[in-house]
Amino acid sequence: MTDFAPSATPRIRRLPAWLPPALGVIGVLGLLALSLSVGAYDLGRDEFGGELFWITRVPRTISLVLAAMAMCVAGLIMQLLTQNRFVEPTTTGTTEWASLGLLLITLLAPQAGIPVRMIVASAAAFVGTMLFILVLRRIQLRSSLIVPLVGMMLGAVVSAFTTYLAASTNMLQMLGTWFQGSFSAVVRGRYESLWVVAIVVVLVWIAADRFTVAGLGKDVATSVGLNYERVVFIGTALVAIAAGVTTVVVGFLPFLGLVVPNLVTMARGDNLRSNIPWVCLGGAALVLACDVIGRVIIFPFEIPVSMILGIVGAAVFIALLLKGRPRG
Amino acid sequence: MISFTDVSKSYGDLRVLGPVTLEIPAGGVTALVGPNGAGKSTLLTIAGRLLDPSTGTASVGGHDVQRTPSRELAKVVSILRQENHFVTRLTVRQLVGFGRFPYSQGRLTAADREAVDAALEFLDLVPLAERYLDELSGGQRQRAYVAMVLAQETDYLLLDEPLNNLDMKHAVAMMKQLRRAADDLGRTIVIVLHDINFAAAYADRVVALRDGRVEHVGTPAEFMVPEVLERVFDTPMQVRTDGDFPLAVYYR
Amino acid sequence: MAEARTAKRTVPVPLRFAIVGAIVLLAAVLVLTWDIGPEPGSKGFWLIVRMRSVTVVTILLVAACQGVATVLFHTATGNRILTPSIMGFDALYVLIQTAMAFFLGAQALSATDGVPKVLVQSAVMVAFATLLYGWLFGGRRGSLHVTLLVGLVLGAGFGTLSSFMQRMLIPGDFDILSARLFGNISNSNAEYLPVGYGIVAVILLLVFVRRHRLDVLALGRDTATNLGLNHKREVITTLVIVAVLVSISTTMVGPMTFFGFIVATLAYQLTGSQEHRRVLPFAVLLGAAILLGAYFILHHVFNAAGLVTVIIEFVGGLAFVILLLRKGSM
Repeated sequence: MTDFAPSATPRIRRLPAWLPPALGVIGVLGLLALSLSVGAYDLGRDEFGGELFWITRVPRTISLVLAAMAMCVAGLIMQLLTQNRFVEPTTTGTTEWASLGLLLITLLAPQAGIPVRMIVASAAAFVGTMLFILVLRRIQLRSSLIVPLVGMMLGAVVSAFTTYLAASTNMLQMLGTWFQGSFSAVVRGRYESLWVVAIVVVLVWIAADRFTVAGLGKDVATSVGLNYERVVFIGTALVAIAAGVTTVVVGFLPFLGLVVPNLVTMARGDNLRSNIPWVCLGGAALVLACDVIGRVIIFPFEIPVSMILGIVGAAVFIALLLKGRPRG
Repeated sequence: MISFTDVSKSYGDLRVLGPVTLEIPAGGVTALVGPNGAGKSTLLTIAGRLLDPSTGTASVGGHDVQRTPSRELAKVVSILRQENHFVTRLTVRQLVGFGRFPYSQGRLTAADREAVDAALEFLDLVPLAERYLDELSGGQRQRAYVAMVLAQETDYLLLDEPLNNLDMKHAVAMMKQLRRAADDLGRTIVIVLHDINFAAAYADRVVALRDGRVEHVGTPAEFMVPEVLERVFDTPMQVRTDGDFPLAVYYR
Repeated sequence: MAEARTAKRTVPVPLRFAIVGAIVLLAAVLVLTWDIGPEPGSKGFWLIVRMRSVTVVTILLVAACQGVATVLFHTATGNRILTPSIMGFDALYVLIQTAMAFFLGAQALSATDGVPKVLVQSAVMVAFATLLYGWLFGGRRGSLHVTLLVGLVLGAGFGTLSSFMQRMLIPGDFDILSARLFGNISNSNAEYLPVGYGIVAVILLLVFVRRHRLDVLALGRDTATNLGLNHKREVITTLVIVAVLVSISTTMVGPMTFFGFIVATLAYQLTGSQEHRRVLPFAVLLGAAILLGAYFILHHVFNAAGLVTVIIEFVGGLAFVILLLRKGSM
């Protein structure tokens, strides 16, 4: 992001550079604490309180944060690679492909452990994302809104097939349960694989500049010496891993990768490297907030995060669409 | 005549045109020129009611373009923009036939067919009449579009940079045909041009815009004067007057 | 008439029309009379034929609705890749069914079956579309693509609500519900047919009257306006017509996303002209031929009548993806 030359008469006192990030971190920590403290059991009084804390509460909260980071960073990368603001794993068929992969492995090898499922789901997500990118090359992007439209239709095709397969093998209701995007089933021992996401985020951070350049388009990127196809391939792989892993452990988190990156880039421009921390913080905050709301509204029962997120995300998506409407 | 009263267009805080108060008399060829972003296309599309002005009114042939129903306007003024991509595959004849829609609503009468034939002949499209548009070259396709608006038989023709994508030969041919349309058929033609030399060679009057305001109105002889040109285009120019029409030279 | 553009001889268009029409007739007769137990001509025979005729009539209605709706949708949006289902109808339909099962119990789904219910459902879906399009697209700064995306996102939102409610159902209720969520021709609601046909007849008349305007609409906003059309009003009217047609089809046999897409795409290829007065009837015939043919084959050859819509959707979806990959640009 370019630094603006200081104006002759500064209108507002510029905030110290460390203040916004510090506030962000404090906010997220606060939400974390809140998330850890909400629950059906009163930790203080119950004699197993301490253990429960570490078995359910902490894993749940950690997985919330990791899943959020995964989807947000994945969305950010996809937006750069496709040069379209409204693209993210749940609007391009990526998560639908991951679901299909998960269903297939469950049908073919029900004993498979979580790591195997993650690999299959990620592989399927990779295929789906590549397909989307291939389709994208046919679109002249005269109207960039065609892109998410087509992506969602692609997702609908895959989703229809998955639903049919589930229906004919009697897995339909379970399918719905898996992909609720709920964290209630996350306990110690089941979620550790999510830490793979942290590795993905670090890799993205390292390669951030390349993705930013790729976001300028194939021609510009090539002319400055970037191996465009390879960057697209790696980016797609990282997105697929993030989506696959999240789908297996947590389920479907709609619109997350669209809402947070868009809000961040609206405020800070498109420098990936400096945006990643903000996107992670923002995603974590949003998901934690949705989770707390979901657990508090009909206490002691729980509304899954995906439902709150689906509604909030849809509302923000629509607001973004309407804000950016072409005039006249 | 085409008249603009206090017309302006803004997008949010950004004003791209206006306020403009201007009268373009009927008859002949009027060229709208100016640097990029001057508002030429904006002015034209407002006159053609494809765009609503933020303030002011525009009227063509006495009809207020915002108040008059589109169907009536379609018999008075026709407008052709630069980009025309159709989903449907059409032959040249079918496309030109659409120009008769304001009169016959789709059912072509004998009179309509005559008008279509006349337009095809006028633009030398008869040999291409049954070909599909996507089989034609850019220049041929452009002629087909112009034939469509010609078949609409409106007194006023508004054309937005029709010479883009045309090579020299076709650009010259197009300007000659537009000139004929004004002279032989009595149409009033307003055309946005990038190349001021074409304006000087073919137009009866030139309206120059800059930064959304009208900078100069006059005949080509009045317009093609170094002081005026430099004011409009912000670049030094020489004008050669030793030929049939003034020629601006600004290349070095 | 077909122009001799290529050296290859092409089948003249009226002949194609006749061929497809013949296929429709043949398929209909087969569906009606193949493999009937009782002797031809006996009372039992005609009883079964009458029962099956409900299916045939339903198929014709659905084919007409989906084919015409998709072609009109392409005209209004200026794009031949999209399908009307992205307007969020399917999701709304699923939501209505799920909400009923959730709040009133799955028994309510069958207990309320009948003309009033489907009329109300259709009315809700049409009202949704009209409000959405009127507000979003009809406003001063209407953008069609924004409108479509909002419809799509709202559909996703409905889907979220539906999934949540479905999760809370007991498995028995869920099974009853899910049977209704897939398009099912065999189980369609016969009582609705007369009303459905009445509404569709009126709609098709409307479309026929507007056929030339639709041709102009297909030329895009600027050209259509230049030729005197009120673009916004025409688009909204067309989209509402699409909404009515899709609602009728969906309430009769459930959601069908890609069937209309195959039909429309084939119709453009085979009709030889782009005029709506030719393309639309061809689309109806093609739709009927495909659905009747698929039904016959699946019912009698594979004994899998319930799968007709699912398989057609799958094939349509494949065709959609292939077309996306092959098409030059959009």
